[in-house]
Amino acid sequence: MSFLEKPQRNVDLTAYDGKIPVHYKYTLGLAGDKFFTAIKKDGKFVGTHCEECDVIYSPPAIYCERCFASLEDSWVELPSSGTVVAFTVVTEDDQGKELHCPQVIAAIQLDGADNVFIHRVCDCCIEDLGIGVRVQATFKPKKERKGTLDDIEYFEIATE
Amino acid sequence: MGLRKVACVGAGITKFVRRAKETGRELAWEAAKMALDNAGMTLADIDCVVIGSAPDAFDGVHMKGEYLADGSGGFCKPVMRHFVGGGTGVFSPIHAWQHIASGKFETCLVVTEEKMSSCFPAPAGAFITIFDHTTEQPLGPTLIWIFALEMNRYMQRYGLTEADIAKVSVQNKFNAIDHPAAQLPGKITVKDVLNSEVLAWPVKRLDISPASDGAAAIVLTSEHKARRITDKPVWVSGVGWALDTAYWATRDLYYPQYVEKAARMAYEMAGIREPDKEIHIAEPYDPFDYKMLHHMEGLLLCKRGEAAKLVADGVTARTGRLPCCPSGGALGVGNPIAATGLMKIIELFLQLRGEAGKRQVPGDPRIGVAQAWGDLMQVGTVVVMSR
Amino acid sequence: MSKEILPGTPLSSEEFEKSITIEEHPTLEYRWDDGIAIGRYLKELKEGRIIARTCCGCNRTMLPPRMFCELCYRPTDEWAFVEDTGVVNTFCVTRVNWDASRRGPDEPPLIPAVVEIDGASKGMGILHLLGEVDPKKVKIGMRVKAVWKPKAQREGKITDIKYFKPY
Repeated sequence: MSFLEKPQRNVDLTAYDGKIPVHYKYTLGLAGDKFFTAIKKDGKFVGTHCEECDVIYSPPAIYCERCFASLEDSWVELPSSGTVVAFTVVTEDDQGKELHCPQVIAAIQLDGADNVFIHRVCDCCIEDLGIGVRVQATFKPKKERKGTLDDIEYFEIATE
Repeated sequence: MGLRKVACVGAGITKFVRRAKETGRELAWEAAKMALDNAGMTLADIDCVVIGSAPDAFDGVHMKGEYLADGSGGFCKPVMRHFVGGGTGVFSPIHAWQHIASGKFETCLVVTEEKMSSCFPAPAGAFITIFDHTTEQPLGPTLIWIFALEMNRYMQRYGLTEADIAKVSVQNKFNAIDHPAAQLPGKITVKDVLNSEVLAWPVKRLDISPASDGAAAIVLTSEHKARRITDKPVWVSGVGWALDTAYWATRDLYYPQYVEKAARMAYEMAGIREPDKEIHIAEPYDPFDYKMLHHMEGLLLCKRGEAAKLVADGVTARTGRLPCCPSGGALGVGNPIAATGLMKIIELFLQLRGEAGKRQVPGDPRIGVAQAWGDLMQVGTVVVMSR
Repeated sequence: MSKEILPGTPLSSEEFEKSITIEEHPTLEYRWDDGIAIGRYLKELKEGRIIARTCCGCNRTMLPPRMFCELCYRPTDEWAFVEDTGVVNTFCVTRVNWDASRRGPDEPPLIPAVVEIDGASKGMGILHLLGEVDPKKVKIGMRVKAVWKPKAQREGKITDIKYFKPY
């Protein structure tokens, strides 16, 4: 059998099953620590402000990616309202299994922020959702908050 | 060759620690920002970015190059990430050298990062799949096996003892006392090494460098840029790299052929004919103590089997004729894989500029070599730097 | 680089345990094809034989077998059975598991070794384990022979050879 010949019968093909048996614990980092602590303790969003580039990052970074300035002392508070920049309706989970009710995932730009972040939008309002629609964060009750993205229950269409 | 001269004009490094609070991209930014400040440059002066980082499975971030890009100064710039296992850190300046020597770019920010503490139960577990899935994995191998196998073969070939090899660990950890980034500096004895826990005989706990989090960065520029920025450029005067076969058990482990290949390539470019006489300072890769010896031989800094004697005679000490790992090496400063290689490049940069402070090697060194190694014990990356 | 205090914030184990972290357990599993050369190699192991592959470009008899020669960069030529005996090229004695945990006090240490198989070209070693030997008595250069699992228990894996023992 030469290198270029293909095996004719699938029964000749054998394989070894395995996995990479590790898991991970990620620290939130310097910026993430402040961002999630503010959500957990105060139910508030914070960001960092680069004056030079006039850019506000929320979720924040301790540096400005544009000019590399340190933003470690340039914290600002942001409202919990924002605008939908993009959205999608998800009908299956990450294993391809159908969800019992569709989930709305959106890229949301908080008022004042220049970057966006991804979160859920309440599924009760799919019909009214569109790009440019105003949304408002709903936080979990304080004692249920753990300092993760899940502390935000979801965003819902603003009633203002 | 039609290639342009390339200089290193700035360097930055974070502490190497067991576990950092910073995320990987924050570490990258801390080192990169420091390198720019050190060069007296801003991000606007940078034409392109090169990122070196070892397997994604360490940090647990798939496509780590993209993840690290913003912290590495890659915002809307040409960015390339490379990965050649443990050889990555010393390949980083080679990669950047290609960008500048070719004439394509004038300046390059080179950033290396590793955050191994994210990986549980141990970063070594992520390595299970570097062994052949069919012919090796079912035996339950761990990374430490291959080092122990190699160390044993090396000792047996040249009649060396564990004590001969332990002296490297003693030297490097001592050197690291003066390194501000150091994770495991200290004054230890050969006895301490020999009495430390046997993990896979002949490898003991103190024969090994630690797992670390950390980042390092440098700025490389073309010659005319460098002359405008600094009156003390350090030239990347030779580069070499080589890869051996992945059938690691079918080559004899006592000698790193691939390191010699890479070294000869770098020396030829740098015009070095007698490396043992012409090189003033060396930073061979030392994730294990025997590896420094192994690599000194591969780098042709001494005859095969004689490296241990040079260490015993103090020739490789900071004050010796051929200082090896004056930084403290991976054994003393720590081993955030890709960042370790660049830490060695930074050591040459500082030493050749006479800016290494307490670590400064006497005698006004002018030529240095740094080397790293990795993958399945098969890659050699070598950089010669000169003033 | 004149900074005496470098950036980087070390966390102790306690601080790490107390801080908020995000945990991720990747659920991916893999099925790695044995391929042509190794597929045959494993099939022969099940029969209690070791098979290699020859290259007439470099005259090597290669183990593990491969369908192309990495030196000559051409297809290899013939199948060739080799012995199940060999010489220890190097070995170690390990107490560490894959996850860096230690083997228990009742578990004997493992003795991984590179064994150069008789009949394959000089230096063509394979990774395997040694057994039925006091770790202190193992020597580089020692002759060893495969100890096979009983035929009924073999499944076409490298572990069909339990280990190599001195002979």
